[in-house]
Amino acid sequence: MQTRGKIRSGYSRPLDLKHGRVEMTHGGGGRAMTQLIEQLFLAAFDNKYLRQMNDQACFEVSSGRMVMSTDSHVITPLFFPGGDIGSLSINGTINDVVMSGAKPCYLAASFILEEGLPLADLRRIVESMAKAAQNAGVAIVTGDTKVVEQGSGDGVFITTTGVGILPAGINISGEHARPGDKILLSGTLGDHGIVIMSLRENLSFHTSIQSDTASLHDIVSAMVAAVPEIHVLRDPTRGGVATTLNEIARQSAVGMMLYENKLPIHEQVSAACEFLGFDPLYVANEGKLVAICAPEDAEQLLAVMRSHPLGVNAEIIGEVIEDSHCFVQMETSFGGKRVVDWLSGEQLPRIC
Amino acid sequence: MCLAIPVCVEQLVTEESAIVNLDGVRKEISLALVEGIEPGDYVIVHVGYALQKLDPAEAERTLTLFAEMTANSTCNDDPSG
Amino acid sequence: MKYIDEFRDGALARNIAANIASEAGPHRAYHLMEFCGGHTHAISRYGIVDLLPANVRMIHGPGCPVCILPVGKIENAVQLAQIPGLILCCYGDVMRVPTVAGMSLLKIKACGADVRMVYSSADAVKIAQENPQQQVVFFAIGFETTTPPTAVAIKQAQILGLTNFSVFCNHVLTPSAIAHILQSPEVRALGLVPLDGFIGPAHVSTVIGCRPYEYFAEEFQKPVVIAGFEPLDVMQAILMLIRQLNQGRAEVENEFIRAVTYEGNVKAQLLVAEVFELRRTFEWRGLGLVPYSALKIKSCYADFDAERRFQIPALTIADNKACECGAILRGVKRPQDCKIFGTVCTPDNPVGSCMVSSEGACAAYYSYGRFRETC
Repeated sequence: MQTRGKIRSGYSRPLDLKHGRVEMTHGGGGRAMTQLIEQLFLAAFDNKYLRQMNDQACFEVSSGRMVMSTDSHVITPLFFPGGDIGSLSINGTINDVVMSGAKPCYLAASFILEEGLPLADLRRIVESMAKAAQNAGVAIVTGDTKVVEQGSGDGVFITTTGVGILPAGINISGEHARPGDKILLSGTLGDHGIVIMSLRENLSFHTSIQSDTASLHDIVSAMVAAVPEIHVLRDPTRGGVATTLNEIARQSAVGMMLYENKLPIHEQVSAACEFLGFDPLYVANEGKLVAICAPEDAEQLLAVMRSHPLGVNAEIIGEVIEDSHCFVQMETSFGGKRVVDWLSGEQLPRIC
Repeated sequence: MCLAIPVCVEQLVTEESAIVNLDGVRKEISLALVEGIEPGDYVIVHVGYALQKLDPAEAERTLTLFAEMTANSTCNDDPSG
Repeated sequence: MKYIDEFRDGALARNIAANIASEAGPHRAYHLMEFCGGHTHAISRYGIVDLLPANVRMIHGPGCPVCILPVGKIENAVQLAQIPGLILCCYGDVMRVPTVAGMSLLKIKACGADVRMVYSSADAVKIAQENPQQQVVFFAIGFETTTPPTAVAIKQAQILGLTNFSVFCNHVLTPSAIAHILQSPEVRALGLVPLDGFIGPAHVSTVIGCRPYEYFAEEFQKPVVIAGFEPLDVMQAILMLIRQLNQGRAEVENEFIRAVTYEGNVKAQLLVAEVFELRRTFEWRGLGLVPYSALKIKSCYADFDAERRFQIPALTIADNKACECGAILRGVKRPQDCKIFGTVCTPDNPVGSCMVSSEGACAAYYSYGRFRETC
């Protein structure tokens, strides 16, 4: 038998990133798993911490306060206009860290992969994460991978944990809202939720809306520099702006009054909500934030937000009031008042 | 009880279906329950079916009626009356 | 959005409110029932009550097809969903209605049943086409607005020669319900529930027209004004009812002239008559048995009748003893009058139907209006 050419010594077949799929061995701790980590994760996230190939990352910290946050991401479909589960997982945790006023520094990322997930999809997700992290100037310094049997997962579940450094003198927290404060929203309601809804089968409608997933580190940095005494910052995600405001109202033991005609909303999101019978206040967002500040700071804060690309549609949408029931109320554009209550269950499209 | 919305018919797909457009959101709906619909018409859509054509002249008339004032009513800006 | 935004204009609202305030005679009260759940929702969502004088009272009627669906029917659907290999298609509204022991379609789906929420009956037919080896049942509910779409689906299934598609028909009729309320002892004989006039449903009327309401106006001497779906429509209809009552008239008027004609949608009516026929009697949650108030599939379309195909039994499941949905649906009690309102029974844990559907009187009041009592 003749062999063609010479077989290179030390040759090992690389991961088939085009046609390969995740297999149970990739989570087994052996050679296959190391290969997956090196050729996929390390290749995308490359930094000095990961290159050390330890089970942990070691870094210097300055004295003062640190902030830590964690989030799990379980979205279907994995890819959607404007983003994917990867960018969502990075932006989401960075935003949670940043909402305290902290500067985000490091991220950990752990993956639960479903057997059978195409490696091409995984690479797309991982590269998206790398890009989002790089954009925010944050390194992914440690992580973990496990594989579950086919049928036990939705393709991939990602958990990200982030740490940040909180500058001295910053005290931003959900219980600091006070009667008289103004409530600001950085941009249009419900974009992300409507995009996801439009991709569900049985509901197919076509829009040009993109998910608004984005990292808010830069806009928050500008806001805190201009108004260090911001009282509350939070990024509304699932359950929409209504849920976020109800949470804050309860934490601060206050009520709120919103003005419906001030709510920024994209006309296609408004239209999609009409079709499905949704209230845009409860539709999921990504890449948006709610800020609550003293009334004398509101105009300045609004100007800073509007001068940032992620805040061009920012508005003052309401104010904090005294209310022992902690209701979030709204003056409708119609002239009457209504309560913007907690969401019950999930909004489902209705015929009635 | 019946969530239905007025939408603009953008184009006919078959004899019995059309693409409608509401402020940029497009959806395909059935025309099986109506007749004589042309692109540009507005229809009331419920659960994916057009139920009736909207009459633009009557819509205008309705808005005019809303704006009429009763002889001795005072329209101040206090909505609690 | 054209034909939507103009009908929500705040300035016009204040104008109509001023008219109502000036025309609603101070020496009497006006008790107006909005029959349609969509109107209940609009009244709550836009805070219309804030714009009405105190002597104009809105009473919420039973025009919510989810609210009046007996628990037994949901239980039927839950049992169907558990048949191996069966796909149950339904509208989003019914997914969370609780049945025996707190079960629901959403919960049985979580247990592995193939329950699929659809936006349209046409989607259910499509699912049947795509899954020829499986039985597909469409759980049809709704008033006259939603019935023609079901008729189209059945005819389409027939044309396609589908043998795996059937409909569990629970379509109900508006005029019968209104008549039932008006004939109830509380209203007619005892005068316990003052009911001066009705706001007629918007989209039901685009299908059935104005004529079916003439009976009430004449027989019971109550005015009916058919109102469009937007808040300005509702307010204008209230004004028109006040005018009729002031003038001692009891007529059927149409505010929704842009979409409702006297005859209605004849094509849709004929299609419905081709596929469905009246049931002699049908149980309405809270109202009991109401004669000639619901539809079943005609025997010529028996192949598409899930009741026949699956021998669906008529189950009578009593409501929780503390639940006042029945009285609330008839306008006899208000949500606040129910002992378990807001405590045991909330939108998160609904006990009765009025709390499940977002346009049920209790849910609407809880979500939008409960601060009024306390503020």
